[in-house]
Amino acid sequence: MTGSGRVTAQARERDVDSGPLLSVRDLHVTFPSEAGPVRAVRGVDWELRPGEVLGIVGESGSGKSVSSLAIMGLLPDRAHVSGSIRLRDRELIGLSDREMSAIRGRRIAIVFQDPMSALTPVYTVGDQVAEAVRAHDRRIGRAGAARRAVELLDLVGIPNPAAAARAFPHEFSGGMRQRVVIAIAIASDPDLIIADEPTTALDVTVQAQVLDVLATAREVTGAGIVLITHDLGVVAGFADRLLVMYAGRVVESGDVDTVYHRPRMPYTLGLLGAIPRVGERGRPLVPITGRPPSLVDLPPGCPFAPRCPVAIDACRTEEPPLSPVPGDGHDAACIRVAELVPAGSTESTVDLAARIYHHDTEPVAAPAPARHRRREAVLEVVDLVKHYPVTKGAIFRRTVGTVHAVDGISFDIAEHETLGLVGESGCGKTTTLMQILELAPPQAGRVRLFGQNVATANKADRRRLRRDIQVVFQDPVASLDPRMPISDIIAEPLRLYGMPADRARARVAELLRLVDMSPEHASRYPAEFSGGQRQRVGIARALALEPKLVVLDEPVSALDVSVQAGVLNLLADLRARLGLSYLFVSHDLSVIQHVADRVAVMYLGRIVEIGPADEVLTAPGHPYTRALLSAVPIPDPVVERRRERIVLVGDRPDPTNPPAGCRFHTRCFVFAGLDERGRKPCLEIDPALTPRAAADHRIACHYPQVRGAD
Amino acid sequence: MSIILRDDASAHPPDSAPTPRSSRGRLVLRRFRRNRLALFGVLIIVLLYAAAFTYTWYWPWSYQVSDPNAYLSPPVAAHVFGTDKDGFDMYAEVMRGLQKSLTIGLLVAVLSTGTAALVGSVAGYFRGISDRALMWLVDLLLTLPNFLIIAVLSPAFRGRTWLLFVLLLAAFSWMITARIVRGMTLSLKEQDFVRAARLMGVPPLRVITRHILPQMSSLLIADATINVGSAILTETSLSYFGFGVQPPDVSLGTLIAAGTTSAVTFPWLFFIPGGLLVLTVLAVNLAGDGLRDALDPNSGRGRRRQLRAFRKTLRA
Repeated sequence: MTGSGRVTAQARERDVDSGPLLSVRDLHVTFPSEAGPVRAVRGVDWELRPGEVLGIVGESGSGKSVSSLAIMGLLPDRAHVSGSIRLRDRELIGLSDREMSAIRGRRIAIVFQDPMSALTPVYTVGDQVAEAVRAHDRRIGRAGAARRAVELLDLVGIPNPAAAARAFPHEFSGGMRQRVVIAIAIASDPDLIIADEPTTALDVTVQAQVLDVLATAREVTGAGIVLITHDLGVVAGFADRLLVMYAGRVVESGDVDTVYHRPRMPYTLGLLGAIPRVGERGRPLVPITGRPPSLVDLPPGCPFAPRCPVAIDACRTEEPPLSPVPGDGHDAACIRVAELVPAGSTESTVDLAARIYHHDTEPVAAPAPARHRRREAVLEVVDLVKHYPVTKGAIFRRTVGTVHAVDGISFDIAEHETLGLVGESGCGKTTTLMQILELAPPQAGRVRLFGQNVATANKADRRRLRRDIQVVFQDPVASLDPRMPISDIIAEPLRLYGMPADRARARVAELLRLVDMSPEHASRYPAEFSGGQRQRVGIARALALEPKLVVLDEPVSALDVSVQAGVLNLLADLRARLGLSYLFVSHDLSVIQHVADRVAVMYLGRIVEIGPADEVLTAPGHPYTRALLSAVPIPDPVVERRRERIVLVGDRPDPTNPPAGCRFHTRCFVFAGLDERGRKPCLEIDPALTPRAAADHRIACHYPQVRGAD
Repeated sequence: MSIILRDDASAHPPDSAPTPRSSRGRLVLRRFRRNRLALFGVLIIVLLYAAAFTYTWYWPWSYQVSDPNAYLSPPVAAHVFGTDKDGFDMYAEVMRGLQKSLTIGLLVAVLSTGTAALVGSVAGYFRGISDRALMWLVDLLLTLPNFLIIAVLSPAFRGRTWLLFVLLLAAFSWMITARIVRGMTLSLKEQDFVRAARLMGVPPLRVITRHILPQMSSLLIADATINVGSAILTETSLSYFGFGVQPPDVSLGTLIAAGTTSAVTFPWLFFIPGGLLVLTVLAVNLAGDGLRDALDPNSGRGRRRQLRAFRKTLRA
């Protein structure tokens, strides 16, 4: 592995006189289990030079996290680790817990996925950073450490660091907590920072900020970074080199540009083809069928062979080693590398993925996008309001404030149309959905479903409406009753509306086939299925009563990329076949743009921009939409590095006390660039949604961006 | 049990799929029937019942007739369980006692656990006024001394059927479980599958019985099993207040209470009724465990995982 990555100047300097910072040789990790040994990592080799960023990518269960835990010495005692992990010239395998702790405190820093559990809830943030400072340098003294802690909090971009140091972790948002964790990582001036899915739990706008802070951390400490993620978009702009892991082994590795632009292992190709990309609407994604193999008793041969579209008999006899791709500076573990791609081919990754996976990438013929206005609206929401009282006191409750969860939003969905509702967590998306789904009279405003006002609907009307509006939840594990076989789960709505048992059974089989599952699995329990399959069961249940409108609440955000592609394709296909309308809620703009005809962007209980997807996503008018779009990671390192990111400052304001005037002005970069007179309307007048040139595109901003100008 | 189920499914070649009849009730029954130990437990209960209610047909002695030739006789051929100090045949006594105690134990268990499940889940699911009213009742019953109430009430019950026992015992043993059930309901209610059912328009009581209570079947079954044993024993102390099982009639509880003092000197007086109590509780336990496993698709996971891995190798 001799990939030559983009290396910072500082790191290159160090590189001259020293060898690799970390080298992993033939690492094996095996866990005992009732079913036999689970070989989670099976012979991994790589090295990391000082100042370099190594991205390790893979789906859940690929061994990426286990190998990083092995480096940190955090595996449980029952795990059997063999091979060699050397930090500079120190062998880490076989060290006692005590010795390892010393190394973790001073030389290796760790940034975990969940920043809440990484911080101690009962100490102030400042104390925790200071503790890390003192652990590194005892001589600094308490006062010195506290001062240094404030400096570090400032460095990672926490506003008003002196005050923040006295705050407790729960007073911070997720993004701020992750910054604190990074500050702690910097405090010990480590040689190596291991970041395990550091941005997965965060909103997309905050993701960009945290990656920037990680980059700062690298500059300040000159440490090498190992970034572990399942998201190929996140690593594209940040990593120098990339390892793709599958079933406990590295299947492709190399310089980040090479891996993205000339991937050679079919698995990597599949992963890259499965990502929805901004600006490629309607193109079916390339899903990888099947599921990762069990790591107990792996069959001989390439572990990817059962899912590989180009596997031949030879693939099933021996596992291919990671070997250099001829004429190309990277390695791939596939025996058919040379055959798949002719030397000097300039085919794009996406096309190549589609060709290899025999997947049609012609856009699905979407139902003719006739003029939105002319068609009948299945759902019409006008000035919907939902406020929650915040109460205090156990016996005598008193209201101390109001959460403005949804604050006057209006939108509609026409027949056969998909409306994408986008926004960060806490913007009121879910509240809006629940308000619509409950069919309860709203606090203010109006909800009309299929022409019927829900506030005036009687019991029989409601029952009829419930048939026509169905929901698919985000978490496929939580949304299926674990104690029911899936046949009962899918049959529940059918039986509820009076279908006799034998007809319901036939219908269940039909529905399972509709979502590409085998009816013979009907008597199994949800726990026996993978996440993607469970989500399909959830979709089958939603479709059981032949609804007209399906509400999809983040239906793919809990799934692996390759599985996500399959579910998205299925949804697109079902919509075309059954003439459904979707209300598709997501925080992920690349998913939204892939499925939606129209897009509504929500911020703090309001819709700030709404319009046809092509318009909103190619010519966004509201600064918030622009920021969201610019935060979407692009799985292309060249584009990703070049592009100017709009990084929003700060966090979303407290919804109990939304800012006066325009709600977005506290984070708005347009506002920041205005003079005092220009700012006046933003501070005083709440902007209404006003139409822009294209009739159907409306924006709530005093200074919307004009098309074409930038 | 699930192992065999999965085999059934995988035995069909893909896509020749005859749609299996597979509602939850059917699956649970099938899984229960596959559990030998559970069936054994059910068998013991049935046998105990049969032996207890038919002993007059096959046994020469009655619990009311004493044998003047055998006082405190240890188990011998004529009196297989021995006799007590008044010459009553212990086998007849024990069988007579079982008639009552089995029914008391099982009924109290079902009633008290059922009440707990119903009250707890209704309070937790509906919240609001019904929650406050029911929890107020629970707290009240928990703080009042049960025996005092029973003592005060006992004149009213004197001379009535001993089945009133069952109601009284059940009335004072459900409260703590109800509180636990309420707590679990509160968290289950927020789960997406409950929300999904609600949004589908499933009526509240059906949501509770179909989606919420099955999730706590382990707790409820364990609770019911414990209640069987404790009800049989508590019944003795209630008899003290002078209603229900009164001498010369006997129950397993009164026999055990009477035998306690002579446990060392005349062990059969204590250990035989005691052993039967243990046997009853054990049988209920086995059946309960079987029911729990049948209801819980995640039980016996290790074995299933093993099988899955094995099948994967076969397929590859």
